[in-house]
Amino acid sequence: MIPKRDKQAVGQRLLAAFRDAGAAEIAPDILLPAESLLDLYGEDIRARAYVTQDPIRGEMMLRPDFTVPVVQAHMENGAEPARYCYLGEVFRKQDMGDERPLNPRDNEYLQAGFELFSRDPAADAELFALFHRLLTGHAVTAETGDMSLILDAVRALPLTDARRDALLHHIWRPGRFQRLLDRFAAPVVPRRFPDTAAPWTGLRTDAEMTARIARLRADTAVPPLAEVWTRRLNRLLTLRAPGPTAIRALNALAEDWPGIAETAERIERRFASIAARGIDPASVIFDASHGRATMEYYDGFTFSFLAGRAGWPPVASGGRYDALTRVLGKGREIPAIGGIIRPGLVAEMEVEA
Amino acid sequence: MIRLGVPSKGRLMEQSFDWFAQRGVRLSRAGSDREYAGRVEGVRDVSLVLLSAGEIPRELAAGRIEMGVTGTDLVREKLPGWASDLVELAPMGFGHADLILAVPECWRDCETLDDLASITRDFRAAHGFRLRIATKYHRLVRAWLAAHEVADYQLVDSQGATEGTVANQTAEAIADITSSGATLRANNLKILAEDPILRSQATLFANRAAAGPEMQRFLAQLGVTV
Repeated sequence: MIPKRDKQAVGQRLLAAFRDAGAAEIAPDILLPAESLLDLYGEDIRARAYVTQDPIRGEMMLRPDFTVPVVQAHMENGAEPARYCYLGEVFRKQDMGDERPLNPRDNEYLQAGFELFSRDPAADAELFALFHRLLTGHAVTAETGDMSLILDAVRALPLTDARRDALLHHIWRPGRFQRLLDRFAAPVVPRRFPDTAAPWTGLRTDAEMTARIARLRADTAVPPLAEVWTRRLNRLLTLRAPGPTAIRALNALAEDWPGIAETAERIERRFASIAARGIDPASVIFDASHGRATMEYYDGFTFSFLAGRAGWPPVASGGRYDALTRVLGKGREIPAIGGIIRPGLVAEMEVEA
Repeated sequence: MIRLGVPSKGRLMEQSFDWFAQRGVRLSRAGSDREYAGRVEGVRDVSLVLLSAGEIPRELAAGRIEMGVTGTDLVREKLPGWASDLVELAPMGFGHADLILAVPECWRDCETLDDLASITRDFRAAHGFRLRIATKYHRLVRAWLAAHEVADYQLVDSQGATEGTVANQTAEAIADITSSGATLRANNLKILAEDPILRSQATLFANRAAAGPEMQRFLAQLGVTV
């Protein structure tokens, strides 16, 4: 066990490096109003965050991450471009299954983070290179992805609007996504909607139901998605390779799939920009599904630095969350990317080194 | 001494008493109907503790009773990591109830959980908030919906009369324990065509740490093999 003081010291060192990189330090509250977090993450956040009750402010949560309060603070009164850094605890509870885990994960740990609000297309490479530099000398491997690749790929499939919207909605839920895709790839089995004598009850209206039934009926006339597309999509989703190899594969895919060409080019430019900052692109994995199983707010470039030890979360992780600033910005929006390093894990690696 | 916790009233208590009586152990209330002290005949070194069924999981986990009769639903909802502390000794064949998800019967387009997942998405877009599911089984329902990757919902707490929440427009769907489904039908609700979230029945549990010769003897007499 490493004393908390030593983890704090590593955190301070990272924070100082973030300040040197031009970030202004901010210190968000630890107790956050639950409402905006619940609205954003849904019910699942209750399984992970500590919820408490304030007699005046209502339901509060112990900070489960920094991104939301930092974005809120920036949208309230921030100027562009802006770089923020922070160091502090986040709190996550572990929702147990039937048995108590033998080695419970930390429920309170430090995060040192950097958030960058900027319209500069090189912002992705700037942040990634900064994290890469701070973790140099530690035994970690870098993995990256880009959620906009899957989003664009689905948008470019020959699908009806209704089917496309449903698939896009479930990109972050791989099982449901796959089930929908399987359904769209097969002929539609017509369905009956038997009448009922039951009186109408509840807030959902008859009109809402009628609209959905009409949508389902219209869907029966839609031909199945051609097999060539499910094959291509599957090839895209399982693409995982070192940067240069992945770029070649993406460009090959884009020849038959013009809808992803722009994102493929952007990924190539990003790797070039990363290389220009002195990082060998072949040492960076590109995984097209990276970020799909994590928080729903990433919608562009994503990255993590992994120590590859059993039971360890990523030592550092982050990504682009443009849509989140739209949701929290009340009409304003700005491209944003951010990431965190876990000083506790860095300290542990340094003690052993 | 083994302290045996049994529900303190109603059919659950009577059926528990019957189950033990069939195995040669006579449990009864000491004194009047209002008294919660118990009497045990037919076995030595066992004492009866009459408790609210909802408190038995907690008392078992805390080791204040060594054995107890309660529903599997209550154990799984109230004790995260229950299997680390408790052993399920024997299902007792009564108190059957399924934890199910029910929606208004008038929803002709909602038969399965896939339908509900699709409706939650439409509902959020139309109403600006997540579709509400009323329940008191927060952990079980949340874990089940997470496993099935349903996301656009929220749970609202309902500790009783849960079936009424839909008509009162404080929820759009409910997750609750049902045995016959009669209350659901009376409130114009129908069960989704899925396996229940949990099939529950009255079950004899023991605290793991209390295992030993004394409990072995008692279990042998009850004909329960672990």
